[in-house]
Amino acid sequence: MAAAPSAIPTAAAAWRETLPRRGRMGMLALILTESAFFSIFVVAYIFYLGKSLTGPFPREVLSPPILNTICLLSSSVTIVFSIWALRAGAIRTFAIWWFITFALGLEFLTGTALEWRRLIYHEGLTIRTNLFGTTYYSLVGLHALHVTVGLLLILVVMVLTMCGYMNERHVERTDVLSWYWHFVDAVWVVVFLTVYVIGR
Amino acid sequence: MAGSIDHEIALGAADDLQALPIVGKLHEWVVTVDHKRLGIMYIGGGLFFFLIAGLQAATIRLQLAVPDAGIVPPQVFNRLLTMHGTAMVFLVGMPILTGFFNYLVPLMIGARDLAFPRLNAFGFWLWFFGAFLLYFSYIAGDGLYGAGSAPDVGWFAYAPLTELPFSRGNSTDYWILSILLTSVGSTATAINIITSAFCMRCEGMTLSKMPVLVWLAVVVAFMMLVALPPLSAAQAMLLLDRLLGAHFFDTQAGGSAILWQHFFWIFGHPEVYILVIPAFAFASEIIPVFSRKVIFGYAVMVAASCAIAFISLGVWAHHMFAVGMTPAGNSFFAASTMLVGLPTGIKIFNWLGTIWGGKLRFKVPMLFSLGFLFQFLVAGLTGIMLAVAPFDWQLTDTYFVVAHFHYVLIGAIVFMIFAAIYYWFPKATGRMLNETLGKWHFWLFVIGFHLTFDTLHFAGLRGMPRRIYTYQPGRGLETLNLIASIGALVQGVAVLIFVINVLRSLRSDEPAGNDPWDAWTLEWSTTSPPPEYNFAAPPVVRSRRPLWDLKHPEDPDWRYE
Repeated sequence: MAAAPSAIPTAAAAWRETLPRRGRMGMLALILTESAFFSIFVVAYIFYLGKSLTGPFPREVLSPPILNTICLLSSSVTIVFSIWALRAGAIRTFAIWWFITFALGLEFLTGTALEWRRLIYHEGLTIRTNLFGTTYYSLVGLHALHVTVGLLLILVVMVLTMCGYMNERHVERTDVLSWYWHFVDAVWVVVFLTVYVIGR
Repeated sequence: MAGSIDHEIALGAADDLQALPIVGKLHEWVVTVDHKRLGIMYIGGGLFFFLIAGLQAATIRLQLAVPDAGIVPPQVFNRLLTMHGTAMVFLVGMPILTGFFNYLVPLMIGARDLAFPRLNAFGFWLWFFGAFLLYFSYIAGDGLYGAGSAPDVGWFAYAPLTELPFSRGNSTDYWILSILLTSVGSTATAINIITSAFCMRCEGMTLSKMPVLVWLAVVVAFMMLVALPPLSAAQAMLLLDRLLGAHFFDTQAGGSAILWQHFFWIFGHPEVYILVIPAFAFASEIIPVFSRKVIFGYAVMVAASCAIAFISLGVWAHHMFAVGMTPAGNSFFAASTMLVGLPTGIKIFNWLGTIWGGKLRFKVPMLFSLGFLFQFLVAGLTGIMLAVAPFDWQLTDTYFVVAHFHYVLIGAIVFMIFAAIYYWFPKATGRMLNETLGKWHFWLFVIGFHLTFDTLHFAGLRGMPRRIYTYQPGRGLETLNLIASIGALVQGVAVLIFVINVLRSLRSDEPAGNDPWDAWTLEWSTTSPPPEYNFAAPPVVRSRRPLWDLKHPEDPDWRYE
């Protein structure tokens, strides 16, 4: 019997079509467990609100990073555009939107770095200063770590695109990667509300 | 040119190395991504640590056999009980149970491997090195400052007592890192099992035709995804406190002394169910086969397991009644804890319903399963007692609690692990375990278990505090403790018989055959041991018992389902 794809009985192939795709299921499971992980840090942040014995306090030193937030949230939109382009086979359009996504993510990370620099050098707030510093750096840092991982993954796809390896057959995997990016953005909404709205 | 010759020489040397039988074999097992090999490595590793942590328990029982025995000093006793508890949960229970799921889930759903084989290997090696780190602390716990020591903070490691000022040296850091690694490994396995069960089932196997074991594996995997992160998060916080000077659990800086307890038990209680639901899973496969009946109440069984998983996420503070919560908090957690009894009771009735009127075969797996049924019932009942907050205030931190949870962990889980090993050993190795030795193992283990843990209930009722290296003479505790220690010895002998049985069977030449128990699930349709690809042709199923349909074409199950 030839090992061509047509040798697979059609009934089995039809059955397989009814099952969910592995990549999506795995990513959903990962997102579930990551959400549980984040929620504990959010709980710790809220639990310790106003319990710091010494300053600086959130109201004195924090200002909402509006530009950062706009950049990160819009990167969720641009990554959707790039997936649409990939699905349509428009590799060039895909590459452009993908690069914009990367740039927006990088802007967010840079913004966080500058904010931390200001807090550390000008406000004297470190992870050991008080409970606010402890919970702030760990929660925002945990999110920034996830943004970094997401950016590295996006970078890998970008390099593969530049080397000419990307085509519409990879839309499934790229889409799964974009789910992770959407998750990172959704977490930022929670972190933003916790740290910069409720927490101030 | 010279470069390529060097290359050839290097290749040749590697081939020579491969030619050594041991190295070749080792290499095969190290690089494998086969779910069956990884499953066996999990179970083998778990059994190895079972022996070590069991010896540590034996030393504890020896120390407590008589008051002031002086076998080990108090500090060593604290390390022993910490390492025993931590190892039994993270290096024995978790790997053995995930090992079984690793091995069985793809075979039972008619797949050739798990959904992500390399992720599976990654999870195993994380576990392996995590386990190594925990025991490495024996030589490196104090870093470069002096003689090493293992962690002595208890498996619960209550902060702030685990903060740097109170727990010097690096032993606690090793404890944290070890558990972080093994937890991440378990999370990887959980993702894999969920994805496999939903995406890799063979043709015809709808969700309602999955074997109960696979269903419960999915339930356990979901629990791992939700319950392990609180532990990992708390560990990360403690590590930040210890290494970077953060203040999560630092009461001097306004931190809370009980936040750790909440985080730990949000993980800790579901963890009990993560360990016991696999035992339910084994029982739900073994009891029907040895009763020659279909499982009673398949759908209810699955629903009850989901209910247990869900409720168990909201019961954690029953470990904290003595902390001093509000009456409303105490009442809530007492009520939710008792609520778990409902679906658990349903499951026990279902197993009884399966046995009822069956044509019972008292082989060793069935004997262990029956022991499990009885002991798990008793463990559940003492659990209901401890859920009553005032009763718990009286008995918290006594040996009554120790006896209660060992009834679950040994009486239910270890018994079902042994049942599962006797049941699936022929599939994994192609050799049967000896029945006579198995019966000796069972009866000695039952007797030893009851000698130890029945008596410890009464020691606890008389007020014997746990986690203490000795007890006062003249309080009516001497006889009880001596009996308990003798029981530990009997259990040790039983486990020794088990080890001998395994080693003997591995050397025997008598093949077990593909289906020695006349069972009904897909793993028994392939050879023993199965080939690397499991099934030459992907199976097609029409009912929950595909092999029954195959063996009884005149009366197949799918007519009734």
